[in-house]
Order: sequence, then C-alpha cells, then structure tokens
Amino acid sequence: MPVVSTRISRAEYWEHVRCRISGFRHSYTVKPGLYAAGRPDERSEVLVTANYKLSFDSLRKELGGLDVWILVLDTKGINVWCAAGKGTFGSDELINRLGAAQVGSVVAHKRLILPQLGGPGVSSQKVRQTTGFSVSFGPVRAGDIHEYIKAGCKATPEMRRVHFPLVDRLVLTPMELNPAFKMYPWFALLTLLFFGLQPQGIIFRDALAGGLPFLLLGVIAIISGAFLTPALLPFIPFRAFAVKGWIAGIISVSLAMQMTALHGHMDALLLAFSYIFFPLASSYIGLQFTGSTTFTGMTGVKKELGIGIPLYLFFSAVSVILLIVYKLGQWGVL
Amino acid sequence: MKYLANIVSLELFPEKCVGCGLCVEVCPHAVFQIKDKKAVIRDRDQCMECGACVQNCAFGALKVDKGVGCAAALINGMITGGEPSCDCSGQGSTGNCC
Ligand code: SF4
Ligand code: SF4
Repeated sequence: MPVVSTRISRAEYWEHVRCRISGFRHSYTVKPGLYAAGRPDERSEVLVTANYKLSFDSLRKELGGLDVWILVLDTKGINVWCAAGKGTFGSDELINRLGAAQVGSVVAHKRLILPQLGGPGVSSQKVRQTTGFSVSFGPVRAGDIHEYIKAGCKATPEMRRVHFPLVDRLVLTPMELNPAFKMYPWFALLTLLFFGLQPQGIIFRDALAGGLPFLLLGVIAIISGAFLTPALLPFIPFRAFAVKGWIAGIISVSLAMQMTALHGHMDALLLAFSYIFFPLASSYIGLQFTGSTTFTGMTGVKKELGIGIPLYLFFSAVSVILLIVYKLGQWGVL
Repeated sequence: MKYLANIVSLELFPEKCVGCGLCVEVCPHAVFQIKDKKAVIRDRDQCMECGACVQNCAFGALKVDKGVGCAAALINGMITGGEPSCDCSGQGSTGNCC
C-alpha cells in the first residue's frame, strides 16, 4: 500500500504553479487506487478524490495528523468538480475502483467520504445498492476535513457552500490571459498590415506609426476582459458576464485614450472603431470566464450567447466597415 | 455573487419529496432547505445547474437542465454541432476551464 506524505515539496509547489499557467496540467496525474495517509487501520475513514494531482495534493496536504485512506478514482487527470460534471468522477468509476482496490477487505466498515463537489457525478443511492458502501458528502474545501471528521462526519452549512473569493478568481486569470494572448500575434499582424498597406505597397513606417496605438488598445482589451473582469467580478455592475466585460472594456479604453492623449489626434473613424471594437473584445473575453466560475449555470450562459453572438457579429462587421471606409478615404478613393 | 435572475431550469415536485434532505447535503449553493419535512427552494437564482441534487434525489422529486455554464464549451458545441465540450480533457488542449 503506498503511503503518502502530507507535505508538499518545493518541486511540487512549482508543479502546481505550472498547472495554473500552462498546459502542464493535462499530464499531471496520480495513479488511481488506494493510498494511506498517516497509519490508517480497518476502522479508518476512506476519502475519495480525483487523479488530477493538484486535487490529490490539495487533499493530502490537509491530512496531517489524521490516519485515513485515500481512494483515487481515474478521472483522466481532471479535477473533481469538472470530472463530476462529465461523469468520470461518477458512480460507475467509484463502484469499479472500490472493487479493484479491494477496499472492502482493507476496511471493516462501509463508509465513504466524497468531496461535496463530486455530487453531480455520484449517486449515493446507486453506490449503496451495488456495493453496500454508504456515501457521505464531505466539505467543499479540503481544509475543513479535520473538523468534519472530528464532528463525526457532519458538515456545517458553511462547509457546504462554494465561495469564489478574490484569490480563487486571481489564480484562474493566467488561464484566461493565456488563450487570449495566443490570438494576439494575429491581431498585431493584421493591424500592422492594415496601417502599412498603401497604394505603393507596404510602408513599414506607416505600419508602426498608425498601428502602435491599436496594438496598445489590443493589450488593454485583453487585460480588461481576462484579468480585470474576473478580479473585479462582484464590483462591476450587472450580472451578465458579457456586460461586465464590456463595462470593464469601455472604461479601460477611455482611460487609455485620455492618458495617451490619443483622443485629440485620432481620425474620427478610427476613434469610432476603437470605442466599438475593443470593449467588444473585452466583453467576449470576459464572457469566457463563465467557464471558470462556480456559480454560472448553463441556461444563463446560453441566454448570454443567444443575445451576445449576434451582437458580436454585427458590431465586428461595423468595425470592419469603419476601417475600410477609413482606408479608402486615406487613399483618396472616397 | 449571483448569476442572471429567474432563468434557472431547476424544478421541485413537492408531491414526490419525502424530505430526506440529501439535496440540502449535496447542493454547493444552499439552494434548498427542509421546511415541514419537505424540501423547498430557498433561493433559486443561486442554482448553477450542476445536477448534484437530481443525481442524488432517489425519489425523482427534482429536475434540472444539467450542463456546463461555460461559454467556450457552448460555443464549441455550436460550431461542431455536437455536445458542449469544454475540451478540458485530452492532451495539449487549450481549453481554459477547470
Ligand atoms: S433529495 Fe429529493 S426527496 Fe430528498 S429532500 Fe431533496 S427533493 Fe426531497
Ligand atoms: S443543480 Fe446543483 S446548484 Fe442547482 S440546486 Fe441542484 S445541487 Fe444546487
């Protein structure tokens, strides 16, 4: 039986950081099966978790001073919450894993403690009927496990509540910024091409002079949608994420315009483009954060998309038309 | 923090409820409470449609359109015409959820 430490090493700490900022997370797994923390015996509780190592680690680091079993399910390296939604952290896998790891012959009781966020995937009734094990849903946060076990496996209402504090929102922002900035080189290329393109060919100096403010506004739109919107989520008015993203965007863009004194010398068409396009981008990026929150439901997001996507398409088209008109004017065609 | 008002697809059929309290136990947003030995919806706007309550109500007293409240996943689903998939799983994906 593998025995696990309840300490996180320095190397593991850095691995956790890498999980938060890159695709490293997709291969960060533990082998499914039964593990021991402390010196558990046949009367010790069995805690069930996912085989995403970040989930496993956040559980085991809270187990100092406890003697418990940890049953790791094969969730394909996905955390409990998302795996439960997909059903891989589910009744069937739990039932199979209980058999494969011979939990029934390791412990003399019939109790399992599941993380509460495993609820969407696991039917306690089905597990009991098939295996005889009764499932208790433990606290949402691993940090409450001690208290939960001490209280005789009773969770207070507070332990059952999901919160979404600033720190939790902030650790998620790198994975919002990351995909947005992946698109940025394309945006930058198009911007430079657009401004550089003259009847004589591509003029490098024009590309830079005309394009720079827009490269800056592009960065601002991304930061506003992928960082400011999540960070300031509860403080930005309205509940729709697309609206929050747009508000963050329009404020950031206006501020940037004021501070760089761009207002004064930008062509009216380009000014209109900037105020339409960049807040729109911020809104769209902000909307993506619905995937990382703990309180947005599918029906709500569908509604946002239903209203949002036609608007995004329409105003993107308007933006492009503004640019074309500007360009034709610059070339003296209009 | 609450999401959009009056939109959640959660339904409770009181005539089927036996008041076992399991929904209160599994719901991460304290949507239910037990009153007079029956579950009642305390605050429906808090529901995130995760489906934990439906999965664990043995009496069929609950119904919800379970799904991921994730724009990227839903857009993915629209483009491919398939199920919403957040693409969190799988090697090298760029999915930004979870
Ligand atoms: S789980 Fe079902 S039967 Fe039990 S209290 Fe909730 S609604 Fe009623
Ligand atoms: S679907 Fe999830 S959030 Fe909504 S009431 Fe059921 S358990 Fe609670």
